Amino acid sequence: MATLRNKLRRLLATGSAWLSGFLALAACLGYSQAVNSCLDCHSALPAPLGVTQEQFIQDIHAQKGLTCVSCHGGDATSYDPNQAMSRKAGWKGNIDRSQIPQLCGSCHSNPAYMRQYDPRLQTDQLAQYHTSVHGKRLAAGDTKVAVCTDCHSVHDIRPPSDPRSTVHPLNVAKTCSRCHSDAAYMKPHVIPTNQYAQYITSVHYQDMVKNGDLSAPTCTTCHGDHGAAPPGVDKVQNVCATCHVFQAQMYDKSSHKQAFDAASLPGCVVCHGNHAIAHPTDAKLGSGPGAVCMQCHTPGDNCDQARVVMLGELTQLDGAIKKADYALAVAEASGMEVSEARLAQNQARDSLTKARVVIHSFKPELVDEDVQAGLKIANHDLQAGQQAMVERNRRRVGLAISLIAIGMVLAGLWLYIRKIEQ
Amino acid sequence: MFRALLRWLDERLDLDGILAPFRHKTVPTHKLTYWYFFGGITLFLFVIQVLTGILLLLYYHPGASEAFESVQYIMTRVQFGWLIRSIHSWAANLMIFTAFAHMFSVLFLKAYRKPRELTWVTGMLLLFLVMGFGFSGYLLPWNKLAFFATTVGTQMAGEIPIIGHPIMIFLRGGSQVTGATLTRFFGFHVAVLPGLVVVLISIHLFLVQRQGMSVPPKVEAKWAENPSLRREMKFFPNFMLRELMAWYVAIGTLGALAALFPWNLGVKADPFASAPAGIKPEWYFLFMYQTLKLIPAKVWFVDGEVLGIVGCALIALFWLLLPFFESDRPTRTRAWITGLGIFALAYVIGMTAYGYLAK
Amino acid sequence: MGSSDPGMANPSCPLHAPVPRRGFVGLLLGGGFLATAAAFLYPVLRYFVPPPVAELGVDEVVAAKVGELKPNSGMIFRFGSLPGLLILEADGTYRALSATCTHLGCTVQYRPDLREIWCPCHNGIYNLSGGNVSGPPPKPLAVFNVHVRGDEIFVSRNGEA
Repeated sequence: MATLRNKLRRLLATGSAWLSGFLALAACLGYSQAVNSCLDCHSALPAPLGVTQEQFIQDIHAQKGLTCVSCHGGDATSYDPNQAMSRKAGWKGNIDRSQIPQLCGSCHSNPAYMRQYDPRLQTDQLAQYHTSVHGKRLAAGDTKVAVCTDCHSVHDIRPPSDPRSTVHPLNVAKTCSRCHSDAAYMKPHVIPTNQYAQYITSVHYQDMVKNGDLSAPTCTTCHGDHGAAPPGVDKVQNVCATCHVFQAQMYDKSSHKQAFDAASLPGCVVCHGNHAIAHPTDAKLGSGPGAVCMQCHTPGDNCDQARVVMLGELTQLDGAIKKADYALAVAEASGMEVSEARLAQNQARDSLTKARVVIHSFKPELVDEDVQAGLKIANHDLQAGQQAMVERNRRRVGLAISLIAIGMVLAGLWLYIRKIEQ
Repeated sequence: MFRALLRWLDERLDLDGILAPFRHKTVPTHKLTYWYFFGGITLFLFVIQVLTGILLLLYYHPGASEAFESVQYIMTRVQFGWLIRSIHSWAANLMIFTAFAHMFSVLFLKAYRKPRELTWVTGMLLLFLVMGFGFSGYLLPWNKLAFFATTVGTQMAGEIPIIGHPIMIFLRGGSQVTGATLTRFFGFHVAVLPGLVVVLISIHLFLVQRQGMSVPPKVEAKWAENPSLRREMKFFPNFMLRELMAWYVAIGTLGALAALFPWNLGVKADPFASAPAGIKPEWYFLFMYQTLKLIPAKVWFVDGEVLGIVGCALIALFWLLLPFFESDRPTRTRAWITGLGIFALAYVIGMTAYGYLAK
Repeated sequence: MGSSDPGMANPSCPLHAPVPRRGFVGLLLGGGFLATAAAFLYPVLRYFVPPPVAELGVDEVVAAKVGELKPNSGMIFRFGSLPGLLILEADGTYRALSATCTHLGCTVQYRPDLREIWCPCHNGIYNLSGGNVSGPPPKPLAVFNVHVRGDEIFVSRNGEA
């Protein structure tokens, strides 16, 4: 009886110890979550007033310790709407669109304030925004243009490095297209709405989406993000030059630069387009569909002749590379090993790429230099393939000889067997 | 001079005593005599494998970072390296084919019956070891196909209940196929398996020599009725010369295959890349692989693949012990076993073809 | 084999099927055996002779000889199946790295004016330790070990593959 009572006591003791521990833990956890009456009510409300806890805890501001009150003012400790949303408590209500940049800027343009969170974060977004088309039009009273929350979202703002963020490089184009592809929305503004549709056909988009190359250009790369504006006709080349350095240098020294500048033509865009930039092919230099030179030049003039020469050079090298590739493939299919020549083909292809870049100088003699270097390599590889076939034939001759010898033995054996079995 | 040498050895070793039984050895001659060749051809191909294998050992580097390049080196830089390597690869496939042909011909000619049960058992063990040679050797060039074929193959071994997982770890040298697997397979291929095979071949050949060649039951019955019909050929030199012809044909075939269809290198294995679509094992495993693919995912409560693998193991065990199932009523079980043999042959051929053509 | 058979003395005797002369068969057999033995032995003997390039060039290669490179310049060499970049800095240090740009695979080059490694395709820049410092490249270049033995510059990979 005594042992049973002891057992019971021990059970109760452990039980209450666990329970109180649990309660203490819950209290601690509960305590760190300060009372947020705003969320408690608004999480139950439908849109546009609804903001759920799940949504808000993903917001970078919430994670840094800011709350509803930080932007909207008011008293988050009270469940009485009159107290929580009183002007006396500083409640701002729904922030008017034209006031949003100023509100965000009140912290984000303050380096001293931002330093406590992330000393490397830029604090010039608002200043840039004022120079942008969006900022200028907002100042003029157009509230349809983008403000901070249109691109960055609100109440679930993620840093741009987060792949789920609306301003992550992979998502930027989609975010811009929400307005810029909406023909009805953009009606009062006199700009086209086909940019996104064109961009997703481009090689830059393919590179980013297919190859996962986050450094590939998206809308903000060329237009800027906070200071978003078209680069300006005479500055397009500078923008492309940030990555396509060689082409830009060639173009700078070429006759086309002066001609295009004089005619106020937008440099690279004239031949390559701006949003639907496809991977260029040699057809651009041709005279059929897709040809760009003949849009301005007259057939038969100096430039047309130069074009023909350059196109001829590229075609020649391309053909030589393909011929060598074919010879090597045949050799490989016959079982010969030609990996070294295959490797050298890469260098030939590099020469072709270089030659295509040098096109932007529009000087056939310069194109010729690279083409000749490439031709040398391609011809060497072609010879390697042919040499492999010669070796293959030698092997077959060797096989024939040994088969004849084996045939002799077989004939001899057969005759010998016949003889001894007489 | 040759005779002088022989006489010198005979004085010391009594060569006559050793060679006498061979001089008298005979081979029964009947319609199906030529099937007797297959054992000898398999042995010949094994010798070819040992010789070309030793030659390859002079240049091969076993190790994940060097194996592929060393085989590439043999194929491209070493003089006649392409020939030695291609002969080795082709002879491997040919040997597995002749080993199967030998097994089936022994089955249909009923050479496994008493008193030759042990010959059958050692022969079946040799067949399993030869397939082990094929499986281990296939990985050694360390190309993509071999890497994934080994992954799939060892994975299936791992599906055997209870003992499967330790077997898989033992085979792989770890939980995944890595360079450690390559080292291990190399050890199996050049040391362990050759050792076992040499021992078993010695026993197998000794049994064949001691017991002589078996004669198919129908022929034996005919000869028992009318002894004058019995035909025999001296093993040495008559049968041996004929076998020598077969061996020369084999070597000619190997040379032609090596020169006309050199064995390819493939692409170097990358353990982090995903498996290419439609990965298949080599043709001699295809019938098992295809069977496993056809078994539904679950049969009653048993996992389909486990059922398949256990089934394969049980069939292999049954096949190993086949002679012991031939009862005292020979004619009935004999027909039964012949029927089973025909079904097995048709199944293996059919499933191999199916596996080859299926995606 | 018999001289007891009188037919052998006269091959045109109609009682016997025509048997090829012993000499011919012997020639065929002997000649054939010799020819096949030669055909088998010749490749094997040639096989034993090691090729001039003894090393595989996978883990270690001779990239260049001392004196081939001028200070503050670089050159491309073949390492296994991929290109490598060998650089001789102005202070005499040799450096070797993979020459395949980690962006889209172009071959990089050493820029003596920048004293850095540059990719001409999209203006990517790496420092001499391979780190991707500017432009699109997402990852650094792999660095190799360099040893100078005598007048040969050996380049080898780091660690186990």
